[in-house]
Amino acid sequence: MNVVTEQEQIANTMIQAKQQSAETQYKIVSKNVDVFYGNKQALSGVTFNAHANEVTSLIGPSGCGKSTFLRCVNRMNDTIPICRVEGEIWIDGQDIHAPELDVVELRARVGMVFQKPNPFPKSIYENIAYGPRIHGLTKDKSELDELVTVCLKRAGLWGEVKDRLEEPGTGLSGGQQQRLCIARAIATQPDVILMDEPCSALDPIATARIEELMHELRENYTIMIVTHSMAQAQRVSQRTAFFHLGELVEYGETEQVFRNPTDERTESYISGRIG
Amino acid sequence: MLILTAFIIAALVVVAQIAGQRRAATLAGDEPQSLHSRPIYHGLKSALWTGLVGFSILIVASVVSRQLIDTQLRASLPTDVQGYADIKKDRLISDAKAVGDGDIVSAPLDEGYKTARDALAQDYLGLKTLREWGISIGTVLASLAALFLTYRGIHRESRARNSSERIIRGGLFVSAGIAILTTIGILFSLLGETIKFFSNVPFYKFLFGTHWSPLSGVFEGVVDENTVGAIPLFAGTFMITGIAMLVAVPIGLMAAVYLSDYASPRVRAWAKPLLEILAGIPTVVYGFFAAITVAPLIRGSGEALGLSVASESALAAGFVMGIMIIPFISSLSDDVINAVPQSLRDGSYGLGATKSETITKVVLPAALPGIVSAVLLGISRAVGETMIVVMAAGQGANLTWNPLEAVTTVTVQIVALITGDTEADTAAGPAFALGFTLLCITLILNMFALRIVQKYRMRYE
Repeated sequence: MNVVTEQEQIANTMIQAKQQSAETQYKIVSKNVDVFYGNKQALSGVTFNAHANEVTSLIGPSGCGKSTFLRCVNRMNDTIPICRVEGEIWIDGQDIHAPELDVVELRARVGMVFQKPNPFPKSIYENIAYGPRIHGLTKDKSELDELVTVCLKRAGLWGEVKDRLEEPGTGLSGGQQQRLCIARAIATQPDVILMDEPCSALDPIATARIEELMHELRENYTIMIVTHSMAQAQRVSQRTAFFHLGELVEYGETEQVFRNPTDERTESYISGRIG
Repeated sequence: MLILTAFIIAALVVVAQIAGQRRAATLAGDEPQSLHSRPIYHGLKSALWTGLVGFSILIVASVVSRQLIDTQLRASLPTDVQGYADIKKDRLISDAKAVGDGDIVSAPLDEGYKTARDALAQDYLGLKTLREWGISIGTVLASLAALFLTYRGIHRESRARNSSERIIRGGLFVSAGIAILTTIGILFSLLGETIKFFSNVPFYKFLFGTHWSPLSGVFEGVVDENTVGAIPLFAGTFMITGIAMLVAVPIGLMAAVYLSDYASPRVRAWAKPLLEILAGIPTVVYGFFAAITVAPLIRGSGEALGLSVASESALAAGFVMGIMIIPFISSLSDDVINAVPQSLRDGSYGLGATKSETITKVVLPAALPGIVSAVLLGISRAVGETMIVVMAAGQGANLTWNPLEAVTTVTVQIVALITGDTEADTAAGPAFALGFTLLCITLILNMFALRIVQKYRMRYE
């Protein structure tokens, strides 16, 4: 009896939360997020909502906590022993710190692309197949082949690698490696993709390809990107969050943040006076 | 006497350093930047030359003069002992030297021997005094000359820094050269005896024969080519090595994974050094641990199960050897696992992989070449290990698949041949042949391991 009512309660709160987020169209809701590394506070009171099917950029000077926040969204900070996260983050109305939530499922739903391309020292095919395999997403080999093909096509890499799927992923160029990592991230069929300075190790041409790709991916995914390039933030994102010294200073539509910032610090940063 | 000389040279080196430095400083006066090299380098150059000249002459002269004395003594042998056999002449000379040095000497064979010995001892004493004085005075003078010349050579423009760097480089080169030359020397000394052995015994009889009893023909003074088949020894070696690796690889690897990816920094800080202590335990200690503790235990439990277990079993030796090799495998693997970039782990976690999935599917495959080379190094350690098997594996050359029986290994047989009281000539042949084969095996294993490590390095740099 008791158990049933408890479960019902949980279900009810989840439904409520879902309705709430459905009403407001928010994909990712963050409430008062604090992060500590040991005794040092890296983020304090970050509250903002990211919209579905948009690209949200997080900008700010080095050490401002933007990457730390990004890593909160798929709980990557769990892998750092001294790191402690407080506050709430909800994705699609689900509290990602809820005890019944499995971090493995969360990370399958929230893909991540890192600053430096980090393909596994395996073949191109195996790099993409890694996620689907560990989550058991495909029934047989032909389905897996299909999924690998789809992911490579979506990441705009298919044409370049279709004849050499068995070659090591580490043998590709930097830009290709990063697109391989994007393909690998979308292979677990996420709906959110986090990108931590995905172009900082790439040349301008490879960067342009990734940015193009972000435009295409936006149709199906919600993207959050950390970037040091303000030009990139303006090119790719619909909304921008400016972080400074562990605080969220300003958040709004990209155009508004860059054209007409409300906070003095934002203005100083985008005009190059700080950072 | 010669030791005293060495101390004098060392003192001269210190003097050279101080004097050179002082002179350079005085030359510079109030303008230290007017010197090409700082005073300390002028002192260093002077000191290095003084030491180099003194010590190299000392070493070369002592070795050469010893040879000269031997030749001289041999030439001045009294006529009545000229008819002695060579080996007896050698003994006479070494006895005479012992008398001269005031050491303990075995009783003389007869009266003629005794007079000849005592006369020779007198000659030797004279030569010895001459040698020591000559060398001492010569080297000290040479050192002084070097000191004087370098001291005189100190000028503002002299490039003391460059030349002392060159001397240091030369010294380092010589050190590296000595290590390499020693290896080559060992190889050649083995090779010589081995070739001699194989001129009596066809190598296929040695490599493929299954009967090992090399001393059975010893009374005829010849080696019977049908009793030097080394197959049972190599079979025993590989069986024990196999058992050892069965113990060491899984345990070592899992310990490495735990230390690198699971242990908290605090646990790691004390667990890793502790594990490495295991590598510092002398193999003798492992040996009697195997013979006194493990072997009876295995025998007891085997008998409880109704199996007949030899008191010296391959299993006991292999098991303990495995424990000995654990720290090698775990320490080396831990290093290579740590060298796998964190970004790969992050990539895997970011896809929702668990810790164990990340380790088995990403980290270990990435570290595999390094792990393989760790295992190969472990194998070459196990193949060459001696003390444990001497104590715990047995002596009988037994060709068997049963790990509960006593087997013997290559190293055990080498020990038995060399430490036994058979004549060196007969025993040395088979021992050298075994040693050479063993060396080849471990050399090949190490080369493989190195190649794999090199390949692996290229990937991540």
